[in-house]
Amino acid sequence: MSAVALHAVTKRYGSLAALDAVSLLIPDGSFFALLGPSGSGKTTLLRAIAGFVEPDQGQILIDGADLAHIPAHRRHIGMVFQNYALFPHMSVFDNVAFALAVRGQARAAIRRRVADMLDLVRLEGLEERRPRQLSGGQQQRVALARALAAEPRVLLLDEPLGALDKRLRQEMQIELKRIQRAVGTTAVFVTHDQEEALTLSDRIAIVDRGALVQVGAPGEVYERPANRFAASFLGDANFLCGGVQGTAVAVAGLGLVRTASPLAGPQATLAVRPEKMRLAAPDQAPPGANRAAGRIAQRVFSGASVTYVVETAAGPLRVFQRNGGEAMAEEGAAVAVLWSPQHSVAVAE
Amino acid sequence: MLRHVKRRAGTAAARLYLALVLAFLYLPIAVLALMGFNDSVHYALPFEFTTRWYEALADNRRLLRASLNSVFLALANTAIATLLGTLAAFALARYRFRGRSLMQLLLLPPIAIPWLITGTAMLVLFFWTGIGRGLHAMLLGHVALSLPYVVIVVGARLASIGPELEEAAASLGASPLQSFARVSVPLMAPGIVAAALFAFAVSFDQFVISYFLAPPGVSVLPVEIFSAIRKGFTPEVNAVSTVVIVVSMAALAAFAHLARFGGERGAER
Repeated sequence: MSAVALHAVTKRYGSLAALDAVSLLIPDGSFFALLGPSGSGKTTLLRAIAGFVEPDQGQILIDGADLAHIPAHRRHIGMVFQNYALFPHMSVFDNVAFALAVRGQARAAIRRRVADMLDLVRLEGLEERRPRQLSGGQQQRVALARALAAEPRVLLLDEPLGALDKRLRQEMQIELKRIQRAVGTTAVFVTHDQEEALTLSDRIAIVDRGALVQVGAPGEVYERPANRFAASFLGDANFLCGGVQGTAVAVAGLGLVRTASPLAGPQATLAVRPEKMRLAAPDQAPPGANRAAGRIAQRVFSGASVTYVVETAAGPLRVFQRNGGEAMAEEGAAVAVLWSPQHSVAVAE
Repeated sequence: MLRHVKRRAGTAAARLYLALVLAFLYLPIAVLALMGFNDSVHYALPFEFTTRWYEALADNRRLLRASLNSVFLALANTAIATLLGTLAAFALARYRFRGRSLMQLLLLPPIAIPWLITGTAMLVLFFWTGIGRGLHAMLLGHVALSLPYVVIVVGARLASIGPELEEAAASLGASPLQSFARVSVPLMAPGIVAAALFAFAVSFDQFVISYFLAPPGVSVLPVEIFSAIRKGFTPEVNAVSTVVIVVSMAALAAFAHLARFGGERGAER
């Protein structure tokens, strides 16, 4: 059962297609990420579901009901805006109560529901505050409580954590996930932050230039990226290109790089995640592993991990190593980069 | 050391300049008000305090009627122009429709065209269409004249709010009307109050349009003051002018007070 379904949704601004025949099923109860760079059309997609953008072509359905000509206020959605869009002239209580008040619910019922919502987002006691008296994280919680108060069919989030600093963002990611699980609402959120998409969602759609590049579970999209864009936008990747020879690719300067699955076409591009590579002494060549000899051009220490840029005959390779307490390789040292064939993933260009 | 002296000299010059500007603005008014309390008909000095010009005002039936007309016109104009202008500003800011840019552009000329010409045009049109002259015609004229000010002032406020809060209201299930009443109007309130002040001032100070559209026997305060001056300048004119200034200032102060709290007060409801 899918909560939201899009069929060939197209939206053009002049000659530019912000959305180019996008078809997408968003499963009921899922936390769904639309991940893409700015200008990719992900926000247009979200606003089309919300009813703020009218598609030129195609169909959007919520629970099987076509939303064409249904204005935003009758779509029964909840939305968290990028900078929250809290009503500055209302108290926290009135903000959260808004959706219930416009539906004409009884005062006592509203009071109970608002108390429940503030309890859910852990903001009890702040009912009478004005939005500007709250911290960014608190405003975020109010926005979430307000959007969820009327039990929307779908919760839409537009870069929900973009305005928060890093620490608060990580904290709110956990909170957001907990709250979504607690209420069970289908949530669709737009982000350009790959880490946020991986952490929060149980499905990711990668969007580029108005089209979907890949849709799948985070692990699946991360381990099996469909093309070069997906591989480099979600996580980091080293790319190796060359002619296909069976299940291997002849990379100039490296020789044969083996993969775990058969390849199609005369040419192939392989993507290898930097954390799947490891450094070894230059004389090491364990059987079965792919190997590239090189010299460490740069070492970037970031506490929990170390990133090495290794200059090889096939160009620079990025190698990501967990800081397990071993001695770090020095810049300029000769090394061998090793990785397993199953981590050489063929991607489309 | 030298720099310190220079800076102090600069500050002193700025203060002097400000004092000159304020003197230029308020000295004539101060003299006018003062002479309203001087006993001499010919504005002769030395100053002898009296309130007899004010007492004379109280018996001046023409002037009182003209004042009532002025106040009535200004209030009615404020209500009508503020309501219509606010709705127009909202439509111009938030909806895309044919002729929108043209309408926005056409708002500006009425402010630039001399009132004398607008007044003549209105007189001709009203005569032609049978609307004629009278308080109703004056009200029509004042509304037409103050409408662009209201649209521009409220429009500026709306532009600073942006449509996002209205989208938030819609996403929460508010109909356009609910969103307008619960979100847009409270947020526009400071702009609406400022616009109302403009509308009041345009009408209350209006001489040209009122002069053209007033039938014999009906008058408003500025027109009445003008004819009083033509008959002969007496301190009674000073007295009535002082009253007008005090009333205008009081209205301004009241509006300013409301404007400061407008956004907040709207919140309570």
